[in-house]
Amino acid sequence: MTSPSAGLAGHPAARAMASRHRLRLWEPIPWILAIAVFFVFPKYLGFATELLITILFAISLDLVLGYAGIVTLGHAAFFGAGAYAVGMLAKHGLWNEPITGLIIAAVVAAAVGLGSGLVLLRTRGLTLLMLTLCTMALLEEAANLGQAYTGGFDGLDSLPIRPLFGVFEFNPLYPTTQYLYVLAVLFVCFVFVRTLVYSPFGQSLRGIRENTLRMHAVGAPVRARLVTCYTVSAAVAGVAGGIWAQANAYVNLGTLGLDRAATVLIILVLGGAGRLYGAFVGAVAYMALSHFLSKVYPTAWQLGLGLLLVVIALFARNGILGLVEDLWRRRAVTTDR
Amino acid sequence: MIFGADVASMLLGGVAAGMVLFIVSVGLSVTMGLMGFVNLAHGGFAMLGGYAIVLAMKHWGLGFVPALVFGFLAIAAVSAVLERLLYTRLYEAGELDQVLFTIGLVFIMTASVTLLVGPENQPLTLPSILRGQIDLGITRYRTYSVVLIAIGIVIAVGLWLAFERTRMGAQIRAAVDNRRMAESLGINIGRLFTVTFAFGSGMAALGGGLGAEFLGLDPQYALKYLVFFLIVVAVGGLGRVTGVFYAALLIGVLDFVLKKYVPQGGTLFIYGLTVLLLLWRPQGLFGGKAAA
Repeated sequence: MTSPSAGLAGHPAARAMASRHRLRLWEPIPWILAIAVFFVFPKYLGFATELLITILFAISLDLVLGYAGIVTLGHAAFFGAGAYAVGMLAKHGLWNEPITGLIIAAVVAAAVGLGSGLVLLRTRGLTLLMLTLCTMALLEEAANLGQAYTGGFDGLDSLPIRPLFGVFEFNPLYPTTQYLYVLAVLFVCFVFVRTLVYSPFGQSLRGIRENTLRMHAVGAPVRARLVTCYTVSAAVAGVAGGIWAQANAYVNLGTLGLDRAATVLIILVLGGAGRLYGAFVGAVAYMALSHFLSKVYPTAWQLGLGLLLVVIALFARNGILGLVEDLWRRRAVTTDR
Repeated sequence: MIFGADVASMLLGGVAAGMVLFIVSVGLSVTMGLMGFVNLAHGGFAMLGGYAIVLAMKHWGLGFVPALVFGFLAIAAVSAVLERLLYTRLYEAGELDQVLFTIGLVFIMTASVTLLVGPENQPLTLPSILRGQIDLGITRYRTYSVVLIAIGIVIAVGLWLAFERTRMGAQIRAAVDNRRMAESLGINIGRLFTVTFAFGSGMAALGGGLGAEFLGLDPQYALKYLVFFLIVVAVGGLGRVTGVFYAALLIGVLDFVLKKYVPQGGTLFIYGLTVLLLLWRPQGLFGGKAAA
């Protein structure tokens, strides 16, 4: 054993590690589909924009929940922080340029994430769950109370967002600008998150998720990693919130509510947490179902959603993608024989 | 004297609300402490209990007390079945699965209630003796609130005795403090937990019925008050009957007073206080061991 790395270079595990970040053949498919939607379903662009924003939000949650294993019920706090940052700046005539507005949203949400992460991540388990929930409720109450600045319960509507690059207007009836803008932002954020989770940093997050004690033992700065991850995730969620406020030209208390936090959690788990594309699959499955079912049978939709959650928790812990992976593996085993 | 009467009536209202909080939350505290199970559906059992009680009075003409007993028994039975069939599969699972499963249960409960009973608020009709006011010497106050306080004290004392003085209570305390040790001493944790769970859910049902008069009773109940029940448990400490009792009183009175003087910011204050408290003592104000 002179040089273990040389001796093990051909080992399947080593090869898998070395090639884990490479682009798979199927990875462009979601993006091609997203562009196709633009041309094929011009009538559904408003819905599709909402869907893309949800994907972005779910990706940000994947970073903390799927990779770092932090169970949070309060992720909407950051979505709302970003949305309110954009909304308040625009409504009070301070800043309404969209792209820099998103950067501001990211910074504000990251600040909230860093501030709360520094204290919250000292705790674990139920206490952490409670604290994330309470932090979000705190922000929601604050937004409700600061009526002069946040519009209180009614929120802020008809936000005067300036045209993108000074040229492309955000038209609420024909959301073509919104769709392409959101798609571009989603792509940039996705590439960023993808790079991050395959980096050594991302690998150490997975280590913390799998065995915190061992990560402490090998000398990894566990707290600092978790806080960093929490902050980055908050920034991405803030971008999602900010772009939501821009695309809809309004912001309300719902951006900070338990409903939104629970929904994004459900979406991520439905698709498969800890898998980059789980957010995509989950959001498409959930949003399509809810869009077409919830309007016709709202109660039946809630009942079905409840049953779905129970079934996922009991039988399909890795979501839809996990099921697909299982099938794939089984098929691979049978063809190997 | 006017001031004294004012303070007394405010305290009475807050304590009455605190008693309901205590009755609902005590089961949650014990089951979370015993199994570390994050049961977000606990508020749902309170809601179902409230419905069982109100509907039994309305449709079967049951009296208030028989209806309370019926609600307790019905929800205890339902929750025992659920525990044996479903909850038990998730004891070893992570918090995320428990959270998802119980949120799913809450959705199912909310939707079923909406489908079967309807989305509107179900008013609780109190028997006429409980409706008036009662003279307490320093102040006159609503009879029902006074009765609630009395019921709460009786239940608290009863639970405390059961917890501290009976074999079963000793087993529960042992299991909360160190489950593996208790198991190796031959305590049947599975059975203990089923019984505790059923009893706790029954208590929640009782609280749902008793509190329906001022908390209301509609399909959103389960989610609306969940944060409050969780705060009581987190502040009181897991698996501590006395802790939950003090925490519920504290929060009940605080909420009542704040709603009166700062109708806008009261909830904000409670959330803020809870965050600070949990950062200072993650195991809760009255909890003995760190919540893991």
